[in-house]
Amino acid sequence: MSAASTAEPAFAAKTKAGRFTDFVDSRVGGSGILREFGRKVFPDHWSFMFGEVALYSFVILLLSGTFLTFFFDPSMAETHYDGSYVPLKGVEMSVAYNSSLDISFDVRGGLFMRQVHHWAALLFVASIAVHMLRVFFTGAFRRPREMNWVVGGVLLILAMAAGFTGYSLPDDLLSGNGLRIIDGVIKSIPVIGTYISFFLFGGEFPGTAIIGRLYVLHILLVPALILLMIVLHLFMVVIHKHTQYPGPGRNDNNVVGYPLGPVYAAKAGGFFFIVFGVLALMAGFFTINPIWNYGPYDPSPVSAGTQPDWYIGFVDGALRLMPGTLGDWQVEQDWFGYVFSFNVLLPALVPAGILFTVMFMYPWIERWITKDDREHHVLDRPRNAPTRTAIGMAGFVWYCVMWAAAGSDLIATHFSVSLNDVTYWLRALFFIGPIIAFIVTKRVALALQRKDREIALHGRETGRIVRLPHGEFIEVHAPLDEYKRYKLVGFESPEVLPAMPNEHGVVTRKEKRRAFLSKWFFEDRVAPATPAELEAAHGHGHAAVEAPEEAKSLSH
Amino acid sequence: MKALSQKRRHPLAAIALLLMGLLITGGLYAAATTVNEAKASTTSYSADDVEEGGKLFAANCATCHGMGASGSGAGPSLVGVGAAAVDFQVGTGRMPMQMNGPQALEKPVQFNDEQTRQLAAYVASLGAGPAVPEESLLDEGGDAAAGGELFRTNCAMCHNAAAAGGALTRGKFAPALADVSGKHIYEAMVTGPQNMPVFSDSNITPEGKRDIITFLKQIETTGSPGGADLGSLGPVAEGLFVWVAGLGVIIAFTIWLTSRTS
Repeated sequence: MSAASTAEPAFAAKTKAGRFTDFVDSRVGGSGILREFGRKVFPDHWSFMFGEVALYSFVILLLSGTFLTFFFDPSMAETHYDGSYVPLKGVEMSVAYNSSLDISFDVRGGLFMRQVHHWAALLFVASIAVHMLRVFFTGAFRRPREMNWVVGGVLLILAMAAGFTGYSLPDDLLSGNGLRIIDGVIKSIPVIGTYISFFLFGGEFPGTAIIGRLYVLHILLVPALILLMIVLHLFMVVIHKHTQYPGPGRNDNNVVGYPLGPVYAAKAGGFFFIVFGVLALMAGFFTINPIWNYGPYDPSPVSAGTQPDWYIGFVDGALRLMPGTLGDWQVEQDWFGYVFSFNVLLPALVPAGILFTVMFMYPWIERWITKDDREHHVLDRPRNAPTRTAIGMAGFVWYCVMWAAAGSDLIATHFSVSLNDVTYWLRALFFIGPIIAFIVTKRVALALQRKDREIALHGRETGRIVRLPHGEFIEVHAPLDEYKRYKLVGFESPEVLPAMPNEHGVVTRKEKRRAFLSKWFFEDRVAPATPAELEAAHGHGHAAVEAPEEAKSLSH
Repeated sequence: MKALSQKRRHPLAAIALLLMGLLITGGLYAAATTVNEAKASTTSYSADDVEEGGKLFAANCATCHGMGASGSGAGPSLVGVGAAAVDFQVGTGRMPMQMNGPQALEKPVQFNDEQTRQLAAYVASLGAGPAVPEESLLDEGGDAAAGGELFRTNCAMCHNAAAAGGALTRGKFAPALADVSGKHIYEAMVTGPQNMPVFSDSNITPEGKRDIITFLKQIETTGSPGGADLGSLGPVAEGLFVWVAGLGVIIAFTIWLTSRTS
């Protein structure tokens, strides 16, 4: 059989390009791959594109970063600046800072590339964050995508690590101050902190080794890990297929959208250049990290307005919010001859630890509470999962309070308020902000569900008032078309799952806890309108008035 | 010497010793501080200036600072603050103060140059203090790089490395230094207005102060080499910009790209 198929020439290309592609295809099977990927269907929605933004930012980071490595010298040897920037002429500085200044002022296009790189880094982490918020609030982390959620979380941490190691490289005053804070956090770890710090810095801070070490991490290890995680992430996207928003004809067994080739691939490819263009415009017109303002690193000065880049801001903010004493109790303690700097240790590690632990575990937490082990490919609208949305908003607000605290000094100067008051308010919000956010979000979500239900049952208010023959005034409600109505009624609304006995007929304590949480999750619920309810709603009173409306909508 | 050793157990010996110690300390301190004083006193004020200044003072300042500038519950004594302090406070509009608050705010200047000079003459006549600096210290001809180093070590922790200003406690703040004249910068350093510490001549030499002014004026005229500076406020402004403008534009594009579908 195989002899027969080789005997007859299946295809003879006529053009040069055809012969070339046939040559490649017959050896690596490109057309098969293309057929498979080209027919991969992606649902279209603007909120699905943040992952792409992150991916493109990463590509731009690799490109601009490679350019920067040509000119950057990660040495902490001392030198005297002799470049074009007059206010620093003759100043003693490290070779690393010197080469960063040279990139900025004496390498053609260097400042532009530095700014592209830095803006892309900020956009990279920001788009990851928005992408994760989208995934969380739409429930896209549910089976089968729990592992991909974890990979995404690891990517976020790696992106922050890449950002921080890069932020420190120019060895300017700002980044040195940031590094000093990290050094302080490391040293606050009881007993072993000092050893870790000396190991990392090769002696007492700042030493002469740290820039070179961070450089290796920044250009070698961290990007390699990011690349690996991106491959895993995309691989799983292909395996799982993309999720889709609920809509007519969409269910957990299909994907409604465009195939990758050719339109979607063209759009996605074009989008890369849009992202690149936006970043290039930002880099061309807006300065970022003006290292020449900060001067070379010197452990003694600390400038006002010293902050980390935005993604580390929440840790810095938590540090700013932490009081040194609680009542009469000194937060810094001396136990067994060791100093325990809880004033640094607690704010630096605990909030971030809680945020990331809950974030990583959330898919399993919800799965345990709901006992929902089914595959989900249709997303939830955030309002249709009120408790999850409320939990997400509570975490988001908690993060934002810490984030805002990192800019407390700028809030104080720009809004003409007292820095102390800003701190006191943010300390209070640190505790009550998430609670308020939870309650408000849950109520808003439930109210929106009620509104949806009302519209599904009675139609949209038209603002047209009609007087009936017997004198009654009614407002005409225009019924929705079936497609729109489907969106409002076709969602799952889980109910409280009471505690169940296990196979031995025993209701375990763990099961009781689960049932309690299930009640907390689902006891407030607005059920979607059922077909019977819809039938009843359309059958009553003002059907006669609605009839002409319906006739009209049918006619066009 | 014999008399001294015989009297050494006298009941008053301890008191005499204490008195001697105090006198020496006080004398040395007085000598040291006068050495530190900025003595760039070239402007000589006429008796007329002092008299006119006295009248202006009585009419505009005495309510808080007291007759004869001896101070009251509402304002400090101005004896010995020198002409530089008056020239700074009145010349930048901070005095007369508009209202009580965490600190006196800059506002449109209330007196013309002549009146400011007369007020300065009057206050300078009350006691020795830093004088208005000479032109030669304000010519911006110093070493900008050295000034930058001095600025980062002494000033940047409040005024920000790019002199964009910063927050202090309880509503007080260190102002941005763009558009502040070299004279006022110098006077602020020698008199320490509001919450600012005094940088005496032994702390930062007059030449050092000249370098700082040179640095500040240089970064002001250089501008921002990398494009709009976003207020020179550092990573907070940059983060805000990428979230609002950067992501905002990107989202607009995503909506555009996905708009022609169901």
